[in-house]
Amino acid sequence: MNPLFEYHLQHTRRQFFASAGLSLGGLALGMCQNRAQQPVTSPVHPALPGFPQFPGKAKALIYLHANGAPSQIDLWDHKPGMQRYFDQNLPESVRMGQRLSTMTSGQARHPVAPTKFKFTQHGRCGTWVSELLPHTAKHVDDMCLIKSVFTNAINHDPACTFVMTGSEVPGKASIGSWLAYGLGAETQNLPAFVVFTPRFPASGNGQALFTRMWSSGFLPTRFNGVALRGAGDPVLYVQNPPGVSGDDRRVMLDALARLNQRNFERLGDPDTQTRIAQYEMAFRMQTSVPDLVDLRNETQATLDMYGPGVREPGTYANSAILARRLIERGVRVVQILHRGWDQHDNLPVALKNQCDDTDRANGALLQDLKQRGLLDETLVIWGGEFGRTVYSQGTLTRNNYGRDHHPRNFCMWLAGGGIKGGMTYGETDDFSYNIVDKPCHLLDLYATVLKCMGIDHERLSFRFQGLDQKLTGVEGAQVIPELMA
Amino acid sequence: MISTHRFGFAFLGLSLLAPGMRADDIQYNRDVRPILTENCFKCHGPAAKKGGFRLDVREDAIKPAKSGAKPIVEGKPMESAIIKRIFSTDAEEVMPPPSAHKTLKPAEKETLKKWIAEGAKFQKHWSFEAAAKVAVPPAPNGSRLANPIDAFIVARLQREGLKLSVEVDRPTLIRRVSFALTGLPPTVADLDLFLNDKAADAYEKMVDHYLGSKHYGEEMARPWLDLARYADTHGLHLDNERQMWLYRDWVVRAFNDNMPFDRFTIEQLAGDLLPKATSEQIVATGFSRCNVSTSEGGSVDSEWIFRNAVDRASTTMEVFLGLTGGCAVCHDHKFDPITAKDFYSMYAFFYSIDGPAMDGNALLTAPTMKTTTPEQAKKIADLVGKIAKAQSDLGQQLQSIKYIDPADAKEPSKSAGDPTQSFKAWRTQKSKDPKGLPKELLALVKQAKLDPAGENKLREHYLQNVCAETRPILEPLAKQITALTKDRDGFNNAIAGTFIFKDLANPRESFVMMRGQYTKPGEKVQPDTPSFLPPLAKANPKARANRLDLAKWLVSAENPMTARVAVNRYWQQFFGTGLVKSSGDFGAQGEAPSHPELLDHLALIFREKNWDIKAVVRLMLTSQTFRQSSKVTPDVFKRDPENRLYARGPRFRLDAEQIRDNALFVSGLAVLDMGGRGVRPYQPPRIWEPVAFSGSSTGVYTQDKGAGLYRRSLYTFLKRTAPHPFMANFDAPNRESSCSRRERSNTPLQALQLMNDVQHFEAARKLAERMLVEGGKTPAERIRFGYRVVLSREPEALEADVVGKALTQFVDRYQKDPASATKALRVGESPIRPGLAEPELAAYTLIANLLLNLDETVMRN
Repeated sequence: MNPLFEYHLQHTRRQFFASAGLSLGGLALGMCQNRAQQPVTSPVHPALPGFPQFPGKAKALIYLHANGAPSQIDLWDHKPGMQRYFDQNLPESVRMGQRLSTMTSGQARHPVAPTKFKFTQHGRCGTWVSELLPHTAKHVDDMCLIKSVFTNAINHDPACTFVMTGSEVPGKASIGSWLAYGLGAETQNLPAFVVFTPRFPASGNGQALFTRMWSSGFLPTRFNGVALRGAGDPVLYVQNPPGVSGDDRRVMLDALARLNQRNFERLGDPDTQTRIAQYEMAFRMQTSVPDLVDLRNETQATLDMYGPGVREPGTYANSAILARRLIERGVRVVQILHRGWDQHDNLPVALKNQCDDTDRANGALLQDLKQRGLLDETLVIWGGEFGRTVYSQGTLTRNNYGRDHHPRNFCMWLAGGGIKGGMTYGETDDFSYNIVDKPCHLLDLYATVLKCMGIDHERLSFRFQGLDQKLTGVEGAQVIPELMA
Repeated sequence: MISTHRFGFAFLGLSLLAPGMRADDIQYNRDVRPILTENCFKCHGPAAKKGGFRLDVREDAIKPAKSGAKPIVEGKPMESAIIKRIFSTDAEEVMPPPSAHKTLKPAEKETLKKWIAEGAKFQKHWSFEAAAKVAVPPAPNGSRLANPIDAFIVARLQREGLKLSVEVDRPTLIRRVSFALTGLPPTVADLDLFLNDKAADAYEKMVDHYLGSKHYGEEMARPWLDLARYADTHGLHLDNERQMWLYRDWVVRAFNDNMPFDRFTIEQLAGDLLPKATSEQIVATGFSRCNVSTSEGGSVDSEWIFRNAVDRASTTMEVFLGLTGGCAVCHDHKFDPITAKDFYSMYAFFYSIDGPAMDGNALLTAPTMKTTTPEQAKKIADLVGKIAKAQSDLGQQLQSIKYIDPADAKEPSKSAGDPTQSFKAWRTQKSKDPKGLPKELLALVKQAKLDPAGENKLREHYLQNVCAETRPILEPLAKQITALTKDRDGFNNAIAGTFIFKDLANPRESFVMMRGQYTKPGEKVQPDTPSFLPPLAKANPKARANRLDLAKWLVSAENPMTARVAVNRYWQQFFGTGLVKSSGDFGAQGEAPSHPELLDHLALIFREKNWDIKAVVRLMLTSQTFRQSSKVTPDVFKRDPENRLYARGPRFRLDAEQIRDNALFVSGLAVLDMGGRGVRPYQPPRIWEPVAFSGSSTGVYTQDKGAGLYRRSLYTFLKRTAPHPFMANFDAPNRESSCSRRERSNTPLQALQLMNDVQHFEAARKLAERMLVEGGKTPAERIRFGYRVVLSREPEALEADVVGKALTQFVDRYQKDPASATKALRVGESPIRPGLAEPELAAYTLIANLLLNLDETVMRN
């Protein structure tokens, strides 16, 4: 039997046997004055029994996904020697006949496009960072930059599916769902796993997102990421219809709880009691969600730090500050999926716009977490689904070029809970085309992330289609201890 | 992970006994295999032979291992190395080793010991053995046994010291049956008919009534479309619209026509290969085209030909055989006997599709077909006839006109140079500047020397469209032809196309792909069925096997899997959980059946009755097991929380579509038209837009107006990368891959949707209007009406009181604040029924909202 089921069985049994003197749910709550603040007797998002499996430094995860694949060459992988190769064909000794996407495999030449952006060293650790990321660069001493991440797929759809679920084939559980499943969450009033899909600059090539990137896959659907939306209701259907007040809803819910309780007495199905509790949770969310998105209690200094769009729902800055507020409230995983990072052409302009849209907020988020003492227990990840080629796709000038997909190496950074700061891991060749030192497969990275969160990746599994499915797959991923503090 | 077998032990108890066996005999399949699978096979099984032996094959397990010791000595546990090792207390010696994180419980160790003592008899996995005919157990004294299902269920319950519950009351019965067979609640008229039917077979008549409903096919189609992974978009990358709803409608019709399951199987897998295949049979092959597809720039053709075929083969294996082929894509299955070669032999049936690897982001990706309804065909034939007639009339008129070109006249005139009067003048002009000519004449007019036919074409065009003298005579007919042609083309374009399956004339060669990589072909394979199952019989023994051979093999008498898998799916649909809980996995990693004899009995009669689906559904629904009350006592709940023994009736949450359809139906909003392109009901803003690719044809959601808002949920346009929230919220799969079993969650997001979604709140208003208009004069009468419409029963006094008090509060509140009432009533696009006082209607709307949110309403009780 799967342990979750066993847990819920016990849970519902407890509810069942306690039912004679019904202590939970709507009846009791319904009579209270300050209902949204009421403590709840049983956790809303319980962890699996025995989880975390050992103390992990990170309690929460914020995953900043740059969708479309940002160029490592223009942001993080500093290759000063490249300048003298401008417009020269990528040497065959570097390319080694490796697979290209069919968008450039037919190109007559594969001319090297050095970055037009300046890199400078930052922090005590002296990590080189592109001028496009001035705010993020302030935090390199808290960061572990990995230059040798690699993945399997060369196209967006399978690579995005892979980066979020550990499999190119749709249907698997996303990393956020796995963590919600294993660790539950502390919050009683909010979902365990929350997702943002903020707006992105018009210049960005809007590669699609897929709900499967935050889907529970084969895990029970309650572990789906819940989208916090930039328009309309912040959580779907959280607002009462026009002309229906919170008091009306309370009257309705009190009656509903009475009637459902009567139904429970008739049929004895514990699922009925769960339903009573879920309607109460829904009612609490009707208060907790507006409270979450209400920034009036933030100081001006904090708001300024995130940038001008911070008050506007649907912006990246707004998503970033809400990510912090969610973590404060005990949400386990927050994911921001920002689109527009697919620069096949016009890269210098479009990439700058992408960075301008996100860099300040990313820096602010790290700063904000740190000043509140939350960074130690919050793991922050930034990255895309693959990297980009050193050679140009299409026209190449000193100031304008594009880059094709490159799964063989790309950069991600991690910061906070459990991560060793001020370090760089892995190295690529002079063309940022092949890994020459310490390759880091995405699944190895995730094995490490799980470890930071108190989970042995081999022991977080779910039986599906005849297999013990794991986030890190069946081929045996390896934790990378060097990344960990 | 904790193993599944403990559950099996505690639970399945006596169930897997073959006739003549004693209850405490150890049986390999029931008792031993689960222990070995969970703890031993990983290192001593198909994947690895640590120590030089494997335990899953008898011949291997009784031979001396690398160490020289015999793992198993039949009949002699104390001489068997595995027994010594599992009982060892030495950390160096004990099995499984501490590093495996597996621990055998004392009872499990004893089981293995006893099994060896009794001779260590191995068995083939249960589902690979043919279904055995077992005598229906005799009815115990005093029990009600409507049919053989009950005999098997009761026999088991007796052994457990339990019994069937009483039959549930009639209101619950009709609601249970109506939802089970049509996905809709009963009407009040049907309810009263059933309540007042004193005949002994009233229940059976009621079941037959719903079996005959056209909505039966819709309800049966839902789980099938989950299996077939049907959707209205391609699913990957752009996720553009795809047109194949004709396949969805084919499935509905097949169930309504009660197509036997063997035909149903054959037509979907190989309808195109049947002799004189009808267009319907070809539409059915859409089953193998429902997989997701891509046209992402940069993709490699060979990868997608490979991936599409993998999906089709895996889906076919899971849907019909209950086998998870996915593992064998990369390697021989670790626990089932499916080898990679078996898998790629199945894959070879689907590897030679006659169409592109990429979908081209097109509405229709080859192979496709267009197919007309009889009405469409008649209309088009009619137009074609009219066009022919008009053309022939025009031809006659052209014949009868005696046009003389002024340029040919003996005496030159002014008109000889006028292109509106002289053909020659016009022709000269047009040869220089052909602007405005129809395409087919452009090439002609430029040639100085034309054959007579070509010359004639130009001349006819001139006379009809240009010549001042003849044009007025010919124009009306010419215009008529143009109009008719436009009509015909319009009709042709309106005819829907659909994705079908068709093979290349020269099939591609297929190979085992090493480690599942499309770039690494290994051994060459021929289309064939898995080697551990009965062999495939080919229609033409000399030819390469084709999909028709495969389909016929699936439904052949020798195939042990298909009928079991199919009846188990129906059981799951009506009882909530399959007799085999893992309804998509009948392999070694799936769960063993709770009632193996019953499963075999159902499988055998399904085949004996010529795969008559309605017959087997009727058998299940008329069983006493189905008709029981679902009331459960704490004692029984504790013993059987999942109701796998059936000491009570099935009770579970309605599916996503049923919940929405119920609200539409009871409110009177439902539009019950069948079939056609997917519709777009209310959807909150920005569900598609934040995720969709900029250029996608499904990038922007445009909500329908009118009927499209109220169609049954089966017909909601299904975009795979951003499914409608009412589907996703209530556990409907996104149809990216085949889904054998939906989950049934119970979440606050569901509560929010049912309380606040426009669709549901509008339905509450329309139900409130019905309560006020049809429900009588007093609040009590109206509440009673609401209960009868929504729950098919009368409210209890306590319920009427609770609802009545809430109503009073709401009426009071809206009378004080009529502006809020006005706002609340303007949710949704349907008009407000005139003549009702707004505060009262708003108050009743909240009461209807309450009724539609009741636990009892969203459950099948």
